[in-house]
Amino acid sequence: MSEADVVARLADGMTVGIGGWGSRRKPMSVVREICRSSLRDLTVVSCGGPDVGMLCAAGKVRRVVFAFVSLDTIPLEPYFRRARESGAVAARQMDEGMMLLGLQAAAWRVPFLPTRAGLGSDLLRIDPELRTVTSPYPGPGGVHEELVAVPALHLDAAIVHVNRADENGCGQILGPDPYFDDLFLEAAAQRFLTCERIVPTAELTASGPVQSIRVTPLMVDGVVEAPGGAHPTSCVPDYPRDEAFQRDYAASAAEPGGWDAFRKEWIDGLDERAYQEKVKR
Amino acid sequence: MTDVARADVCAVAIADCFRGDGEILANPIGTLPTLGGRLARELHEPRLVMTDGEACLIGDTPPLGEAPAVIAGWNPYRRMFDVVWGGRRHVMMGAAQIDRYGNQNIASIGADPDRPMRQLLGFRGAPGNTINNPTSYWIPRHSTRVFVEKVDVVCGIGYDRAAQVGAAARFHELRRVVTNLAVLDFETPDRRMRLRSVHPGVTVEEVQAATGFELAIDGEVPQTRLPTPEELAVLDRLDPEGLRHREVPS
Repeated sequence: MSEADVVARLADGMTVGIGGWGSRRKPMSVVREICRSSLRDLTVVSCGGPDVGMLCAAGKVRRVVFAFVSLDTIPLEPYFRRARESGAVAARQMDEGMMLLGLQAAAWRVPFLPTRAGLGSDLLRIDPELRTVTSPYPGPGGVHEELVAVPALHLDAAIVHVNRADENGCGQILGPDPYFDDLFLEAAAQRFLTCERIVPTAELTASGPVQSIRVTPLMVDGVVEAPGGAHPTSCVPDYPRDEAFQRDYAASAAEPGGWDAFRKEWIDGLDERAYQEKVKR
Repeated sequence: MTDVARADVCAVAIADCFRGDGEILANPIGTLPTLGGRLARELHEPRLVMTDGEACLIGDTPPLGEAPAVIAGWNPYRRMFDVVWGGRRHVMMGAAQIDRYGNQNIASIGADPDRPMRQLLGFRGAPGNTINNPTSYWIPRHSTRVFVEKVDVVCGIGYDRAAQVGAAARFHELRRVVTNLAVLDFETPDRRMRLRSVHPGVTVEEVQAATGFELAIDGEVPQTRLPTPEELAVLDRLDPEGLRHREVPS
């Protein structure tokens, strides 16, 4: 399928999970296609990077579910900051371990998972949906501990970018970290995998250890071949982050009309192939 | 006055935070914390387990910015939660704001969390870190903007919040706060922040003036110890470009 096919299966108001981490291995080709679409009012769940910033700047987001949003080498995402500081997007903030447990609970079809993370912090004050649960079992000294009950974080759709995949949805991560990617897929009703290259299944174990095939067809509804699709974020070992591009992107946020100029140059009127050709020039 | 570089004093003070930790994951975040942690591992805590800042555990102790020559293990993002929630970790985080009980804010500035005056990083892992494993802080610019009477948003929890939580907070422990001016801790009866030592060339009055709440001070405040020649040699090897002096100028 294509990026446009993925976007055609999304709808206004959906909760969309985006894989990767910060400015690393983000499914940016689909993010760009969402920016070009008429979609709106999305709830975005992400270990956030420029995916969150661009979708906020493009007016696609009603709410961001996040523990952090960062460009790594640029600590704060400028378009996300602007959206938050202007009140343009709502937020559900969490500890990053709570995001892990919320996705895991959805994947395992349980209503919540318990954790200490969040106790005593202002998360319980600012998130009115967040509840605690008292352990039915006595702990040390006979005390029944009260823990945070992280609710299942159900996603209407998840989009993840990996290095290699086969046509059936076997996905291979050749970089050092799978982040939460398989959990995003397992927590979602519709699951989309983009990849640098679609290869015959036999090639997967030829290019990496079996443990690198982190994504199975059980987790995937559609595969998109998107060479360079994580740009400008990194997709090691295929390519590093495009730091110069990212610096220009971040700098545009400080200019009057900066987003309009950025989207005119890099989003509007370009399909993904044209984008990739333009980046190479 | 002294001709020792302030950044070297800070690096050694950070290294001393990990003294006695043994075989745990030392997880210092940022330039000087990473340098201090590696100094500790190199000289007095050889069993400290450390990462390359991404998904690998280091087998040697590389200079800042260099990949390890030896990789000792795989510790991807998701694995870190196993370590944190199991407690075998000592993290050193930063803080946009910190108060007298060690409550820390890295999420946002402003009273309304739904419309912050300044959106910062987010809660990141601060709530889970502080309630599960020992935590220290590194503050490169000690000022009343950082050391505040009340933080706008509690991310990492302090001793007053931990006491309210009760039994479930039994693994909460704040060790030290190292800054460009001083070393602080919470070794007081009521767990208020105490001035543990002032760096060479800094007065107690200067530290108090740069702090937005009253520090606990018992008697004569000692001076933070000077680096040894051996420590200075290791610092030069681990930070040949002198990145530490950019973070804390002398």
